[in-house]
Amino acid sequence: MFDTGNIFEAHSVKEAIELLRSNPGAKLICGGTDVLIQVREGRLAGVDLVSIHQLPELTGVTMEADGTIVIGPATSFTHLAKDPLIKKHLPFLGQAVELVGGPQVRNVGTIGGNVCNGATSADSASTLFALNAKLRIANSRGERVVPIQEFYLGPGKVALGQDDILTAILISREDYEGFGGYYIKYAMRKAMDIATLGCVVLCKVKDKKILEDVRLAFGVAAPTPIRVPAAEAVAKGQVFSEELVEQFGKAALTEVNPRTSWRASREFRLQLVEELSKRALRQAFSNAGGEC
Amino acid sequence: MHTVGTKVQRVDAVAKVRGQAKYVDDLSTENMLVAKVFRSTVANGWVKSIDVSKAKALPGVELVVTYEDVPRIPFTTAGHPWSLDPEKQDVADRLLLTQRIRFYGDEIAAVVAVDELTAKKALELIEVEYEEYEPILTVEDALKEGATELHEGTGNILKKTEWQVGDLEAAFAKADCVFEDEFVTSRVQHCHLENQISFAYQESDGRIVVVSSTQIPHIVRRVVAQALGIPWGKVKVIKPYIGGGFGNRQDVVQEPLNAFLATLTGGRPVKLEYSREENFTTTRTRHPIHFKIRTGVMKDGTIVARDLEAISPIGGYASHGHAIVANAGTKYRSLYSQEAIRYKGTTVYTTTPVTGAMRAYGIPQVKFALESHIEDIARAIGMDPIAFREKNLVKEGWVDPISGNRVNSNGIRECIKRGRELIRWDEKKAQLKNQTGPKRRGLGMACFSYNSGTYPLFEIAGARIVLNQDGSVQLQIGATEIGQGADTTLGQIAAEAMGIPFDKVHVISTQDTDVTPFDTGAYASRQTYVSGMAVKKAGEEVKAKILERAHRMTDIPLQALDVVNGWVVWAHSGEQVMSVEEVAMDSYYNELTAAPITADVSNNCRVNSFSFGCTFVEVEVDMPLGKVEILEIYNVHDSGKIVNPLLAEGQVHGGVSMGIGYALSEQLLLDQKTGRPLNGNLLDYKLGTIMDTPDIGVAFVETYEPTGPFGAKALGEPPAITPAPAIRNAILDATGVKFNELPMNPQRLVEKFKAAGLI
Ligand SMILES: Cc1cc2nc3c(=O)[nH]c(=O)nc-3n(C[C@H](O)[C@H](O)[C@H](O)COP(=O)(O)OP(=O)(O)OC[C@H]3O[C@@H](n4cnc5c(N)ncnc54)[C@H](O)[C@@H]3O)c2cc1C
Repeated sequence: MFDTGNIFEAHSVKEAIELLRSNPGAKLICGGTDVLIQVREGRLAGVDLVSIHQLPELTGVTMEADGTIVIGPATSFTHLAKDPLIKKHLPFLGQAVELVGGPQVRNVGTIGGNVCNGATSADSASTLFALNAKLRIANSRGERVVPIQEFYLGPGKVALGQDDILTAILISREDYEGFGGYYIKYAMRKAMDIATLGCVVLCKVKDKKILEDVRLAFGVAAPTPIRVPAAEAVAKGQVFSEELVEQFGKAALTEVNPRTSWRASREFRLQLVEELSKRALRQAFSNAGGEC
Repeated sequence: MHTVGTKVQRVDAVAKVRGQAKYVDDLSTENMLVAKVFRSTVANGWVKSIDVSKAKALPGVELVVTYEDVPRIPFTTAGHPWSLDPEKQDVADRLLLTQRIRFYGDEIAAVVAVDELTAKKALELIEVEYEEYEPILTVEDALKEGATELHEGTGNILKKTEWQVGDLEAAFAKADCVFEDEFVTSRVQHCHLENQISFAYQESDGRIVVVSSTQIPHIVRRVVAQALGIPWGKVKVIKPYIGGGFGNRQDVVQEPLNAFLATLTGGRPVKLEYSREENFTTTRTRHPIHFKIRTGVMKDGTIVARDLEAISPIGGYASHGHAIVANAGTKYRSLYSQEAIRYKGTTVYTTTPVTGAMRAYGIPQVKFALESHIEDIARAIGMDPIAFREKNLVKEGWVDPISGNRVNSNGIRECIKRGRELIRWDEKKAQLKNQTGPKRRGLGMACFSYNSGTYPLFEIAGARIVLNQDGSVQLQIGATEIGQGADTTLGQIAAEAMGIPFDKVHVISTQDTDVTPFDTGAYASRQTYVSGMAVKKAGEEVKAKILERAHRMTDIPLQALDVVNGWVVWAHSGEQVMSVEEVAMDSYYNELTAAPITADVSNNCRVNSFSFGCTFVEVEVDMPLGKVEILEIYNVHDSGKIVNPLLAEGQVHGGVSMGIGYALSEQLLLDQKTGRPLNGNLLDYKLGTIMDTPDIGVAFVETYEPTGPFGAKALGEPPAITPAPAIRNAILDATGVKFNELPMNPQRLVEKFKAAGLI
């Protein structure tokens, strides 16, 4: 039995915004796989809910004339991974979200919910960081576009006001064209688990051996997902080699500062940061057409 | 044999697949009230004051009771048979609700409300003030000078066991080498699918009915009556289908409180269902045990002396407490022989989650220590680990010097041979030499011996059979179906004993202590062996009555008749004489001699038998990531005659997956400052998923156990015993690093590989 207040079902983004505005304290719910956990834990006890579950205008993946890929935030992980545009242009994002929870969670959970929930462990988030994703947000006063790096404010905290709704996740052509990538979710279980560390590398390869562009992002290495410019700089423009992989792994360590908690020690997390960076780089290089 | 040994479909398969099988919650009635327990948020201390007025005032709240309102009758929750000898009775150290807090989550008050949400809200309105003491989380804390006593006069020691056989010091003096080591196992939880649940109501005549997800209905009845201080006959316990138990429900966790609440609601039923979080930390857990071990061996690999000390923090209350550590000692005697052997087991009260029965009752712990230690010794003396074990294994005819139990069948050598072949041990061993790189493979194995039931402890079982007019029967058993398939195997034993087809046996799955034959329940791998004996006896009695009547109907001499496949036949030729149905009709309606055929038996089982087996495993260790992948695993058993090969295989699958979790990932963690559970939920407690479970190879070496029904012995718990030490030994084989502490999780692996310079 869940302790919720009123549940409003919105039929459009406009209506959802209006419902949020007229019910202060009301919370948006999409798939509910985060919200309902929080309700059960008592953190959102008695909350009013405004549902945007499966709203057509927020669902699906499209491409704009300039090549920008537009991901509807209410798209479930299952649909996202199967989407032809994702498969063609962002296979590594599909690969990442296939690692969420289990089949039931992926059928219900959405990429928008994943991002708006603000968890550093969100399995889609590090890849979206590496893609320089931009978020289109609407409210009663209009619309704005925010880079994902500016959207994450802290653990569970994102730049959303009471009547803000994420309406699209945008990926520009220059951020995906020619890129190959690989996401590693390091967790204690092969399913139904939250990452101890998430690590993604995207890269563009020239002449089968030169790393023209390299992007490295982590989830759970910091209170929010992060990019690691120092490591990216080490590899960018270089010829791929095992020595480079080693340097890349070491450079990744320079920009993280994990804590010891009962879930994992600092030392263990650092070991993972270095090792996963190296493994993700090797695989991303190969996925981007590199040959060693 | 016709039915025993065949893969008949389990009797509850269709009901469970269709969702028709009724569990406690499915039996809820409309006007049911809901109870919730108010639990302490400190681990050690007293309730100085409690104010429940706001909770009582909340609309929808029917009742709030605290420790002040409950009978002051200490009782035990351990699901053991009662003993007439006060010396052998379990420690009665619980009250229904408590003012003295002995672990985080201890039960202070209870709320009864119209629904769950109201009850939860009422809990939040209860105000309490504590006098807080330092939490006692370890054995060292519990035994240090000035530690607060959890139970007055105990010095925080529940009990000590010590025994010795042979002249230990002489045997050690004679040994060529002596090895010493320490091993530590972890606190884990059963994680049965259905959380702890019961409901209770009072009948108009004052009797209390408790419907519970229990393994031990007759024991629940006794404990409820004891805790409430009422005659035992005033309580009736009903056990419907339950969602697993694994020993956690061999404890009377919540029924006494639920029954007490039901006496205060004017007959309205009260449901008490624990959340997953409560289930994790306030029901029971597996004993963590710290072992110190010393072994003397001769150069040729003969073990001459063994000495083992076990000490366990058992939590805030005794529950099964000491019996488990004592049992670890018993099973330590019975796999290898030696000239002298000693055991010391100590159980200590700590302010940690209460420990209790869990699948294999102390043996996964002790075998982790012993089989790891045996492996290390073999390697140290340069002997093949399998040959070393084989040299020292007990043989048929071996008699346990303390219990008097005798090994009458022993397939351990064949089990080892099968496992070795299945995993292609010799071939792979040769391939795996001289590995380099970050990922390494290794092979490991471990052996066990186990008992079938608890004899020389008390083992009573009951069965009742009623022959219907059509030649079918109802079988009633006191032992309980908890998912393990007992209804089906016991049905097979009944069919076999009577000579009727399996589909003519209607097994009554529900136990109702008013009508169900007396049996102490499902635990100790006892159902097929111990309850099976009772069922066989009842079946034989029914068969004898069928034959007797057929003889009187036909004048064919009794000894010339038999019952086969539902027919009375000429024993020598199999020629059919008349159907059992015809005999049954005569028994019901013959106007002169009618006496419907029934049997109602009890069997006091005063014998035991030894099961044996082993695990063989191949792992790949990804050292930089601390990950262990199980490439192949085989769990091989001598459980005597296998009554139902398909169910037996299922039992092994479940046990091995439990063993793998124990080895690699599961551990209930407590905050070291406050004693608060950190990961008592299915996200943070790393119970493996199906994706983490490898294909599990199963093999049986069928021996014939002369004391068992149709040659059968125990299988229920044994599959969970050896995976952990086998995996530990395989990791050692792969990397050269010894892990003496469970679980062998990634962080621990990485730490040790770093220390060893491997990464
Ligand atoms: C069993 C289980 C396993 C899980 N495993 C994983 C895992 O492996 N990896 C992982 O990353 N996550 C996991 N999760 C978490 C969860 O499934 C994901 O975060 C999911 O993406 C949330 O999506 P949702 O649509 O269900 O979000 P909801 O719960 O509906 O919403 C989440 C948050 O986002 C807000 N929100 C949703 N949509 C919008 C929008 N369009 N605009 C503004 N705000 C919005 C909500 O108000 C809420 O704060 C798991 C959850 C469960 C229950």
